[in-house]
Amino acid sequence: MAAPSNRRPGYSRRAQYGNFFGYVAAVAGLGLGALLLFFSLGNNDAGAGMRGAASDLTAPVANAAAGTRSEAQGFWATLSGYFTSGVRVARLEKEVAEARVKLAEQAALREENGRLKAMLGLTEGEQRPVVVTRLIGSTSSSSRRYAAIAAGTAQGVRVGMAVRSPLGLVGRVVEVGGSSARVLLITDTDSSIPVRRAVDGIQAYANGRGDGTIHIRLAVTGLNPLKKGDAIVTSGSGGLYRPNQAVAVVVQLTPDGAIARPLSDPALTEFVAVEPVYEEVAEATSAAQPGAATEQP
Amino acid sequence: MPAPLQSALHELGKPRINRAPSPILAVATPWLLVMLGSLSPTWPIISSAPVMPPLGFLLLVAWQQLRPGLFPVWAGLPLGLFDDLFSGQPLGSAVVLYSAAMLALDLIEHRFPWRGFALNWLVACPFITAYLVLAQQLANLGGGATELAAMLPQLVLSLLAYPLAASLVGLADRFRLIPIRAL
Repeated sequence: MAAPSNRRPGYSRRAQYGNFFGYVAAVAGLGLGALLLFFSLGNNDAGAGMRGAASDLTAPVANAAAGTRSEAQGFWATLSGYFTSGVRVARLEKEVAEARVKLAEQAALREENGRLKAMLGLTEGEQRPVVVTRLIGSTSSSSRRYAAIAAGTAQGVRVGMAVRSPLGLVGRVVEVGGSSARVLLITDTDSSIPVRRAVDGIQAYANGRGDGTIHIRLAVTGLNPLKKGDAIVTSGSGGLYRPNQAVAVVVQLTPDGAIARPLSDPALTEFVAVEPVYEEVAEATSAAQPGAATEQP
Repeated sequence: MPAPLQSALHELGKPRINRAPSPILAVATPWLLVMLGSLSPTWPIISSAPVMPPLGFLLLVAWQQLRPGLFPVWAGLPLGLFDDLFSGQPLGSAVVLYSAAMLALDLIEHRFPWRGFALNWLVACPFITAYLVLAQQLANLGGGATELAAMLPQLVLSLLAYPLAASLVGLADRFRLIPIRAL
């Protein structure tokens, strides 16, 4: 039945007051929300404790559900594989031939790299991940790109640690709860990573665009040297990310850089590794071998 | 012959002699369904772009249009706060937007008391659009810099998802009113 045009619920004083205070509470809720928003906009960490606790509560269920995600994707991949196998075999054979050549070149480079490093007395810190865990969810309806992982302070995860998949960088830990943590994905508009082109080391910044792609902004503007298909890796400057981690591949050029597609699509990633903050590892390594740098002639 | 599923579902919430719906189920179902929608970020869908419709908001609008007055006008505060815990938006964004939507839907309910489903959808469209655009603007104030164009796929998907949300709410409404309590 339609509500009467007069909003009074009847002659009952109690019902009238109830109705009235309902509206008062609604407007008060609006004001309270605006107040919360005012404080949380000034300070991004506002409510981090509450969010951490809430995410800890839902993490076990989400973790169980995350397992089914990869199975479902595997099922569709198997189905579609029947229709595209011929084309793919031809393409893969061609790629393998190219990769063999590249591998030989890489081996030569690695050998040269080793020699140069030995000359400089540098040792590469063996970096073991803090923990390997599952990606359990992402803020898929908000314009901010956060994901959740199923490991928190209990597993040694701290704010600032890099999160990566076997294919490349996924993001960075921004909030930690007891058994879950929130990760800022590299496609978020707030994420800015110092990167370089893999082949020659042209410096740039990789900023997320919020729509699944990344904007590569060159540090030095001028003639745009980037080309489609260029691989972008972390440069390690700033000390947050380990150098030479794959980030993205250029798909389209812009006047001041390029649009790139991230290599590790979080949608296809099940397990991720949380790595210690690079700067601290580097410091620990150089502290362990104090003579290495000073004994040079 | 067993009744087809469709008509079996229609029988679900019908009143029966000597039986009444459970008050707990009748009151709790709408709140739980909206909160379940707000939990969508914990579902196993990881996306590198915003694509999922804001399910909590869609379900709230659908409930409010199907059963006006079922939620108190101030329901935006608790439901919005719950949504903010998981959505990734700055804290308070859903509180403001849910509360404003509840007040505005109340106005519309009193202005156009008789509505069909088509008009409901038509009313829901500007609400969803405003919600997505304002939520994105608030997220941008909180440190993001997403372009409006990046929201287009999500907007289209959300507008098309409203009928699904509405039929889910219709089903939940029948479930809510199953007469299980013996008088």
